[in-house]
Amino acid sequence: MTEARASLLRVRALSVSYPGPQGPLRALSDVDLDLDEHECLGVIGESGCGKTQLLLALLGLCGSAARVTGSIRYRGEELLGAAPARLAALRGRRIAMVFQEPQSALNPYLRIGEQLAEGARHHLKLTRRAALGRAAELLELVQISAPAARLRLYPHELSGGMRQRVTIAMALMCEPEILLLDEPTTALDVTIQAQVLEVLRSIRARTGVATLFVSHDFGALATLASRLTVMYAGRAVEQGAIGELYAAPLHPYTSGLLRSLPRLDLPVPLRLAAIPGQPPDLAQLPAGCAFAPRCPLVHPACAERPALRMRQGDHQVACHCELPAARIGEAWS
Amino acid sequence: MLRFLLRRALSAVPTLLVIATLAFVLLHLTPGGPFDSERVLVPQIQHSIEARFHLDEPLWRQYLRYLGDLAHGDLGPSFQYRNTSVNELIAQGLPVDVAIGGTAMLIALLLGGSIGLLAATRVGGWRDRLPMGLAMLGISVPLFVTAPLLILVFAIRLQWLPAGDWVSGSWRHLLLPSVALALPYTAYIARIVRSAAIEALASPFIRAARAKGLPSLTIVLRHALRPTLMPLVSFLGPALAGVLTGSIVIEQVFGLPGIGRFFVTGALNRDYTLVTGITVLYGALIIAMNVLVDLCYGWLDPRVRARQ
Ligand code: SF4
Repeated sequence: MTEARASLLRVRALSVSYPGPQGPLRALSDVDLDLDEHECLGVIGESGCGKTQLLLALLGLCGSAARVTGSIRYRGEELLGAAPARLAALRGRRIAMVFQEPQSALNPYLRIGEQLAEGARHHLKLTRRAALGRAAELLELVQISAPAARLRLYPHELSGGMRQRVTIAMALMCEPEILLLDEPTTALDVTIQAQVLEVLRSIRARTGVATLFVSHDFGALATLASRLTVMYAGRAVEQGAIGELYAAPLHPYTSGLLRSLPRLDLPVPLRLAAIPGQPPDLAQLPAGCAFAPRCPLVHPACAERPALRMRQGDHQVACHCELPAARIGEAWS
Repeated sequence: MLRFLLRRALSAVPTLLVIATLAFVLLHLTPGGPFDSERVLVPQIQHSIEARFHLDEPLWRQYLRYLGDLAHGDLGPSFQYRNTSVNELIAQGLPVDVAIGGTAMLIALLLGGSIGLLAATRVGGWRDRLPMGLAMLGISVPLFVTAPLLILVFAIRLQWLPAGDWVSGSWRHLLLPSVALALPYTAYIARIVRSAAIEALASPFIRAARAKGLPSLTIVLRHALRPTLMPLVSFLGPALAGVLTGSIVIEQVFGLPGIGRFFVTGALNRDYTLVTGITVLYGALIIAMNVLVDLCYGWLDPRVRARQ
């Protein structure tokens, strides 16, 4: 029955690897994702866990050195191995992306009006004037005041938060169906982060654009996403409704990640408790569970790689331990 | 903008003064004088010649006199070419060099620029390696080899173009020396453009432009061209100044009446005013080119413009 419901975006066994001096660098391994219309799916993980690679792979922008395998279906249409012209026609038109650092995603040599307009001029064949008019409308949508005047500015004349709102507006120019957000708030300071998240929330309410929101910030994800995928070392290790994951994380990594959230109810020195250790080298991934070196619950069975499987309802976990969430949490303290 | 130009013009004055002084002092320090020769002159004649050119005055007086003339834009009389001023000599020779140098630079820019861009979009492929190998050759083979070779092929064997000489306004006389001069610059420019374009194409904003689904040509021309031009512009400024004041090798091989030749013969004959004059001209040109380079930077990059 689940097959009948044609997902907007259906990703299966997506893997991305790059040739490296010590064998292939496995940036992404066997990731499955489903994104439905109007939905917001969150992806969380530390830097280097493959979140950005996932988004780039969806756009076919991993570069010529990358080996990408698996399947990416957009409304049933296979995108992996599709003609470059077809991918270019979807990029920016149906699937648009907001990058992590607005100052490097905007071309410093061009006025933001031109950068906003060019996608719509190319994809929608709008005239320059019409495209600039639409650009001004979108700047208004992302809550930038005096939009028409801002179009003439260069990126360096805008503040960081303003720049990120410009890139969000840019992604929305062609009314895409899927919006990919790559850590859109990470490079900003805290008050600006809240503003940008509010802009994103209101845009989603207005346009209903399906969103894949990648971040390492659980709080930011919680404001937008309904479901969450936790990634570790290029793999999805836990998936489920965000509330359930937060209340009862079943993977030791998720549990540790949530524990490392700043807790305002604890005295200052205890607020941040990061997971000890480092994520593994993607060129030398262990044969078994990649989290084993940092896992407090590691046991002999972990030498074999755990598959992602259903635990309760829609909640999927890739872990050999069958303990309830509370016991996993205790293991961290 | 106007204030920027004014400031730069003012700051050029002390620089030029230093250049003129150095040229003057160094030339007068070299042994020998403009009117020494095997032929011993009658003392009276020698004396009257020296008096005419103020060579009998103390050096500091000559120096001040020279600076005074310079301030009026007068580079003085040539010692070697009787009854001709240095200004006239430059006015004669410079147009030849400007025509050849300008044409050469135009050829080098168009050819080198497109080769470099093409190579940068196909890094590692034969369309990258072949032109870059040729460019290496173009840089390492000196002009005094390529220029006679061009003459041999196109003037003597094929008889398409004249082997040398200068007829003002004739493109046939212009072509061969320009091409010869253009060759090494084409090679330099191709290499500069290639590496600059590779760097520009790797910038994150290019990836963002790709994510918008723009066609490759648009991405290269609209997004990557300006950052690519920045290092090219800084190379072109001084290169242009050098080329416009004449290539001695090219002038010699093709027998052209440019100022490069005046400079060499002037130095050999201790023609103080001629050599100093050309040196000051070269200095002024370099300064002007640097201002032009900065203006280009500002035109290309809005962040630089804001600072100016
Ligand atoms: S599989 Fe084993 S090592 Fe991996 S997270 Fe689960 S308990 Fe820890």
